[in-house]
Amino acid sequence: MEGELKEVREAYESGKTRSLSWRLSQLKALLRLLYDKEDDIFKALEQDLGKHRAEAYRDEVGLLIKSVNYAIGNLRKWMTPNKVSVPLVAFPSRADIVPEPLGVVLIFSSWNFPIGLSLEPLIGAISAGNAIIIKPSELAPESAEFLARSVSKYLDDKLVKVITGGPDAGQKLLDHKWDKIFFTGSPRVGRIVMAAAAKHLTPVSLELGGKCPAIIDSLTNARDRKIAVRRIIGGKWVACSGQACIGVDYILVEEKFAPILIDMLKATIEKFYPAFDTLSKIINKHHFQRLASLIKDPSVADTIVHGGSMDSDKLFIEPTILLDPPLDAEIMTEEIFGPLLPVITVKKIEDSIDFIRTRPKPLAIYAFTQDEKLKNRLVSETSSGSLTFNDTMLQFAIDTLPFGGVGASGFGQYHGKFSFDMFSHKKSVMRRSFLLEYSFRYPPWDGWKLPFMRSVFHFDYVSLLLRLLGLKR
Amino acid sequence: MKEGSETKLGEDYKVRGGSAHIDGGEKMEGGAFDGARAAELTAELRRSFDSGRTRSYEWRAAQLKGIARMIEEKEADIMAALHDDLAKPQMESFLHEISLAKASCTFALKELKRWMKPEKVPASITTFPSSAVILPEPLGIALIISAWNYPFLLSIDPVIGAIAAGNAVALKPSEVSPATSSLFAKVLPTYVDNSCIKVVEGSISETTVLLEQKWDKIFYTGSKNVGRIVMVAAAKHLTPVTLELGGKSPVIVDSNVNIKVTAKRIAVGKWGSNNGQACIAPDYILTTKAFAKTLVDALKITLDKFYGKDPLESADLSRVVNDKHFSRLTNLLNDQNVSGTIIYGGQWDEKRLKIAPTLLLDVPHDTMMMDEEIFGPLLPIITFEKIEQCFDFIQSKEKPLAAYLFTKDKKLEEKFVQTVSAGGILINDTGLHFANPHLPFGGVGESGIGAYHGKFSFDTFSHKKAVLSRSFAGEASARYPPYTQQKQKILRGLINGSFIALLLALIGWPRD
Repeated sequence: MEGELKEVREAYESGKTRSLSWRLSQLKALLRLLYDKEDDIFKALEQDLGKHRAEAYRDEVGLLIKSVNYAIGNLRKWMTPNKVSVPLVAFPSRADIVPEPLGVVLIFSSWNFPIGLSLEPLIGAISAGNAIIIKPSELAPESAEFLARSVSKYLDDKLVKVITGGPDAGQKLLDHKWDKIFFTGSPRVGRIVMAAAAKHLTPVSLELGGKCPAIIDSLTNARDRKIAVRRIIGGKWVACSGQACIGVDYILVEEKFAPILIDMLKATIEKFYPAFDTLSKIINKHHFQRLASLIKDPSVADTIVHGGSMDSDKLFIEPTILLDPPLDAEIMTEEIFGPLLPVITVKKIEDSIDFIRTRPKPLAIYAFTQDEKLKNRLVSETSSGSLTFNDTMLQFAIDTLPFGGVGASGFGQYHGKFSFDMFSHKKSVMRRSFLLEYSFRYPPWDGWKLPFMRSVFHFDYVSLLLRLLGLKR
Repeated sequence: MKEGSETKLGEDYKVRGGSAHIDGGEKMEGGAFDGARAAELTAELRRSFDSGRTRSYEWRAAQLKGIARMIEEKEADIMAALHDDLAKPQMESFLHEISLAKASCTFALKELKRWMKPEKVPASITTFPSSAVILPEPLGIALIISAWNYPFLLSIDPVIGAIAAGNAVALKPSEVSPATSSLFAKVLPTYVDNSCIKVVEGSISETTVLLEQKWDKIFYTGSKNVGRIVMVAAAKHLTPVTLELGGKSPVIVDSNVNIKVTAKRIAVGKWGSNNGQACIAPDYILTTKAFAKTLVDALKITLDKFYGKDPLESADLSRVVNDKHFSRLTNLLNDQNVSGTIIYGGQWDEKRLKIAPTLLLDVPHDTMMMDEEIFGPLLPIITFEKIEQCFDFIQSKEKPLAAYLFTKDKKLEEKFVQTVSAGGILINDTGLHFANPHLPFGGVGESGIGAYHGKFSFDTFSHKKAVLSRSFAGEASARYPPYTQQKQKILRGLINGSFIALLLALIGWPRD
């Protein structure tokens, strides 16, 4: 590992990553990788997560292609220094903000979208001109192997490397000095990463998770109700069987609508999953046990109104709905990250706001409503990475929206230009000439100089002029 | 203080200029500021923030106006405190602290409405029909820990940013500048809503218990060592941080310059900035062997003119802040490998904590003076045969907060801008970029994380929330299982931004 890290640092210092042409060549190579190796990617995701190829395309490959194209189309613009105004006092001078790479960056990705969450930050890091080490999660080993094999074949293998391994490898990497660390994963490990980064004063971005609620208001139109239900399911089981950081964790609905909602959910689940062959599996035994134990307790198990069946050999858990499990049970205090959906009832839908506010800030909040008042209250009274009305998950696909958390769900945002910015240092550059000197800048600061300065700083150019002409003391 | 004038803003608070309802800073009354008191403080700030009072434009503008009034009305007191703490010349107090603080307030007031506005962004074909905005919102409660060298500005400037962004704030001024710290504790609460803006005085133990609490943002100005401690503490609560640290800010002087102006601008950036105790003061100079004498002569003439034959008596030089730093600096000079390189100055007065502007020529690279940030009135001049070697020297060191180049050669200028990484770069002058609110001010690498000033202050204390609104139209059944071949085709088309795919999806094809 030491040798590889040394090679990357030296390659970066050579300045190769600075040119637009290098960065474009890498992005185009990434695009070719995604097209050429699509089937290999599908295979790896199928082996790691039982992910159906449609989901693999929709959630990972397709989105990556979109993001690479967006970066290729905008990179020159992003790299161009940004001219800014200069206060008159400093005339004549010119000021720019010049983006430059941070240097050698470390990307930790998680196991649920192992290709997407490795390569999406990679796009940003390359665009910004950095050298990169990716450490994919060992819990998705086929995907990690795929990345290790393919990235070095298509991209510049001295400047972009994949290092596989478990927590030991991760820890060893953290012992080194990086110019930026990007981490996607759990808050527990996020803390470890940030504390390690602190030793070297390395800036970090943490993409964590949280319990993302979906608020379902009464919808007058039957068709809208139908669509809402489909979108909720799209944001829960259709997204890697609930193992998604922006997946719907739990639902908030008025108690009188809960039965209707649950019936519709059941019916639509059956329609989407006549057999469960397109449902992703649980990643491994550990998480399977974790999820199983969430519904073990009778006080929780008693609230199951649909599903509940499991097969530990196949790592299969049926889409499961619970109605009002106890709020202090682990299923309602920890991020579920699985196919269990608690439905929490409230008396009035407005009560959802307090419910959410008294809990840690999630990565996403979803609300299905046509009530403008409720929408406005949600916008101003709740805080989350993002807030989406009348759909789920889609905010992830929009390049012009920053993607990232707040509070317990993390900090730092990416996607689109935000990715470029995240991996850049915005260097201030101010240029002056030797013309125009103000002697009052310099000591000795005789009495007359201070009033002079006051005039300048109050932009009181008349007084300044008068003083310059000696007509005012 | 305006007696009895009340400005009623918002439903449930008043900003009073009078003396009622002041609890002053959180000080040592009633026992030490321990963990329990710190927890109480954050709880109170959180309650105040959760009440929603900091969110309105009116509240934020009122606080900023209060601060502006404070700077105006208390100018003499502020100058006196700065003089107590640092023997700071009046001109510097005015120029570097008062004016900049005022300008920051004014700029924030002028721009605040614009900063607070949600930004509409184009959504994509894939999610049509939808509308998207980016909405800035406050992070919550912010802890601001400031430094001793510009104790007024470096405290109030981040506070201005935090308030503009709608946060509740606790300010912990540096104990190494006690007069200014005490001024804040006494005066700030009388000009602002002190249920949301608090001052905590104290040193290591008070800072430690503050750092143990859960904040939504921590903004720290100071040294690398404490910066590390702050970030480790923040990691426990996953709190985002901005660290404004320092470094050795180099100056490269080319031979193609106006030497008189160059010498003056270097001198004022070094000794005219708190006698070198400034994070962006020139730390050391790099030049060619051939040009060194010209530069040194010009500097000597400039220094004589600025501070006279007896600089220890000049009222235009700050003193060194305390004994600890005084010893640190004199030790740097006493190093046997260093003392012989002094070519100008080198006098000091321990009683008055004064050190004269000192020039050193070709200090050995492996001395402490060339390793750590000097933060004082000592200016080493390091010479090389070729100007390119000066560039290499900078690259061999940690990235500084500022890097300066004096030259008329445009090519050299461009090379400097492209290859030298620093928080900020200034060509043909020193320090000025600090005063431009349109430029982000912050470090990179070991000189810091994050930036502020102007809108960057507002941004550093904000969360940019993505808000996406969809309608129930445009339902693409291709999103959902069972995944037929037709659906997969449409899905591909949709993601690739194909209009045809969109159209088909919109009309609900394929049906299931």
